[in-house]
Amino acid sequence: MKRWNRRQRVLAGLILSVTFLAVVCIAGSLCTQQALTTDLSQKNIAPGAEHIFGTDWLGRDMLMRTLKGLSLSILIGILAAAVSAVIALVLGVASATLGKTVDSVITFVIDLVMGIPHMLLLILISVAMGKGLTGVIVGVALSHWPSLARLIRAEVIQLKESPYIQISERLGKSKWYIVKKHMLPHLLPQFIVGLILLFPHAILHESSITFLGFGLSTEQPAIGIVLSESMQYLAMGRWWLALFPGIFLVATVAVFYVMGQSVRKLIDPGSVHE
Amino acid sequence: MKWSVFIAKNFGRMVLLVICVSIVTFWLMKLSPVDPLQANVGQVALGSMSQEQIEKLEDYWGVDEPPVQQYLGWAKDFIRGDMGTSLVYRQPVTEVIGEKLSNSLILMAAAWILSGILGFVMGVVAGMNQGKAIDKVIKGYCLLISSTPAFWLAMLLLMIFGVWLKIFPIGLSVPIGVEAEGVTIADRIYHAFLPALTLSITGVSNIALHTREKMIDICGSDFMLFARMRGEKGFRLFQYYGFRNVLLPGITLHFASISEIFGGSVLVEQVFSYPGLGQAAVNAGLGSDMPLLMAITIVSALFVFGGNLIANILYGVVDPRIRKGGAVK
Amino acid sequence: MEKHMRKGTPVLKIEHMNIRFTQYDRGLHQRELPVIRDLDVEVYAGEMVAIVGSSGSGKSLLAHGVMGVLPYNASMGGTITYCGEPLDKKRLDKLRGTEIVMVPQSISFLNPLMKIGPQIRKGSKDPEKKGKLRNIFKRYELKEEVEDLYPFELSGGMNRRVLISTAMIENPKLVIADEPTPGLDLKVAKRAMTHFRELADMGAGVLVITHDLKLALEVADRIVVFYAGTTIEEADCADFKQEETLRHPYTKALWRAMPEHGFQYIPGSQPYVKNLPKGCPFGPRCSQCTDECRGEVPYRRFQGGMVRCLHAAETEVSE
Repeated sequence: MKRWNRRQRVLAGLILSVTFLAVVCIAGSLCTQQALTTDLSQKNIAPGAEHIFGTDWLGRDMLMRTLKGLSLSILIGILAAAVSAVIALVLGVASATLGKTVDSVITFVIDLVMGIPHMLLLILISVAMGKGLTGVIVGVALSHWPSLARLIRAEVIQLKESPYIQISERLGKSKWYIVKKHMLPHLLPQFIVGLILLFPHAILHESSITFLGFGLSTEQPAIGIVLSESMQYLAMGRWWLALFPGIFLVATVAVFYVMGQSVRKLIDPGSVHE
Repeated sequence: MKWSVFIAKNFGRMVLLVICVSIVTFWLMKLSPVDPLQANVGQVALGSMSQEQIEKLEDYWGVDEPPVQQYLGWAKDFIRGDMGTSLVYRQPVTEVIGEKLSNSLILMAAAWILSGILGFVMGVVAGMNQGKAIDKVIKGYCLLISSTPAFWLAMLLLMIFGVWLKIFPIGLSVPIGVEAEGVTIADRIYHAFLPALTLSITGVSNIALHTREKMIDICGSDFMLFARMRGEKGFRLFQYYGFRNVLLPGITLHFASISEIFGGSVLVEQVFSYPGLGQAAVNAGLGSDMPLLMAITIVSALFVFGGNLIANILYGVVDPRIRKGGAVK
Repeated sequence: MEKHMRKGTPVLKIEHMNIRFTQYDRGLHQRELPVIRDLDVEVYAGEMVAIVGSSGSGKSLLAHGVMGVLPYNASMGGTITYCGEPLDKKRLDKLRGTEIVMVPQSISFLNPLMKIGPQIRKGSKDPEKKGKLRNIFKRYELKEEVEDLYPFELSGGMNRRVLISTAMIENPKLVIADEPTPGLDLKVAKRAMTHFRELADMGAGVLVITHDLKLALEVADRIVVFYAGTTIEEADCADFKQEETLRHPYTKALWRAMPEHGFQYIPGSQPYVKNLPKGCPFGPRCSQCTDECRGEVPYRRFQGGMVRCLHAAETEVSE
């Protein structure tokens, strides 16, 4: 068999990653009922043939709860990250193009948001919004944009100052032409990669804030809640309650990271040399 | 730019940022649909407060006055050193912060130093050996760690060392039932070990990945190429050419990333029920303890901005290109 | 001082050197880019040879190839012989930086965070080395304080002398200089070139890679013309006195393009490696191009030099 070159391997990995996430999401949305069904005759069973992830103290199947929790977390994470990315794009571009005053205001705000540790900001926003689903989404969306905004700002400024765009301007090309022909082809890949790399952060923080008890209720078993509940049973030796959902969470986040890196490798023009 | 001007400018900006953080936080607290007084009515906290303290609480968090005045009143007291009374801990906020912060500082300082050194070494090793097996192992480790939520890693370590092997305690910074005076340093270390370990492990990946990137840049630089052409190889390449160039960005980054370790401590302290600032933040948040939450936010912002300030100054002091007033190319 | 010097074994002999890059095309396919396809050059002790080619023709890679520091996605073929024996990796490792030295094109090749003195000495605190450096600095009229400066503090005039000091501090038998006069004004450029001439006069073989034919003619012994990845002609500097003694149509065109010979413009441009013509790379721009030129064109000895042109004889007769 012909040995695959790097791009082909990256693409294969990308397809696998997307498939994994799709399967988790679809399975998760299909098993809402099972994830909440209690069966006291089946409680506290260690992992085995019938329940491969075991069951909890109410006899709920941990595999179902893991899938359900993850799919919820992925959806919330993607939603929040997408909002965050849009904020980053708007503020980043505005900062780079609308003059000095706007730039210094936005840079200041970026520094401000970055000055409050992520988790603390999430707690603050969650408190401000009243604890609940909206608090989580708004919190994650509002706390994740600064780094991407910085990146976009730097990129746009660099583009603006690059000789070929300045020449283009002097040649009398229209603003729209320059944006379409010269700016977007550079910005878009950066933005897409930045967006994908926001997902894992968003999911991590979403799970963390729900783990701490802010946000979703127990009727919405996001992965943070599943893990938070299992905390109480750690000392009793019910390791499976925390182990499997955790491993799946780590895997999901890792898959998002790998996806982001793969996409970067595929669309970054600099990677042609690899 | 002159030195004094540079530092003064940075310092001024930091003060401004902290003030703005306090305003934003205050505003967020006012947004909250929960009225802290209502939420805590009937709680022991209110009962044990003096009339004066309760009035103050009403002043800041009640609905009678316009928010701007409430903020100014709060700020005036804050500057005087009166941060109000914590509703959850039933103590002056200053005392709560003092106690929790000292607990947290041991934890965070240990983790910060450990993860800094470890991460730097790993980043350098990976970057110098780009593409080789050791690089892949380190990269893989970093990917895994950055995909692992700090709280779950804490749970994992707790399961292994606390529940299963029973080497370390399951929680708290000091043994239960021992008077504060009877707590030895050994006790403190014993109880802080697992939380500090968790924080160190999670902190490593960020610094390692950044150092690695920087190291790869350096390895691909013209001067590294020339050094190799001049017959330099192996450790000498790192010693004379890599080290100086990677150390500065590494340290700068580490000072600038204090906020991450702060964030991590919130989760880790919660899992290990370690009575530090992070756990206090969670309790304050869950209990709508506005005075405490405000104070914690400002204290942590001070640390973060302080770290950034040090990073900026370090950058100027160590790098001869800036120190001697030249332009960095 | 021409042919009698070229006796014995050459210090450096490069035969059929080729350097290829692996690159991604559109999509998932990889392709190879032959940046250098067939390069031959010899350098004898005490001699200064200049490889002349236009900017962006990939000639800098030649230096990296000889020094064994090509990027990881490049591969090299052909043979390199040093003092009569093949220059393999092991031998290169031993000689690089001591007998074989390279002088880079700009100050960015110096560690920005290391002072000049220790950097030239490679950190050595050996008093003998220190003394030697002091002598070199005297020779180049550099003050001793320069040793304590960082690279960014050097003035443009000092740069060249500091860079060449890195070669002088060793005892080189072979010096490769990559584009030693980028963007320098004529006076400074000339002086930089004379420094290399001095190295050759002291007995080293010097290979200068440059785009500046005029400058090369003033100091070098021989000129090797590089075009689209291949060497197309090798000529003594004396051959450049008149057009007729030159061999290749491109060299002649270069000659005519020199200001004192009429500043004639060469139509067309050098082909990019991705779309090289078959056979002679100069074919599409050459007035004498025939069908045979689309086949293999060998690099052959011709009138005391070398040429890669089938019609070399004819051109001489016709003009």
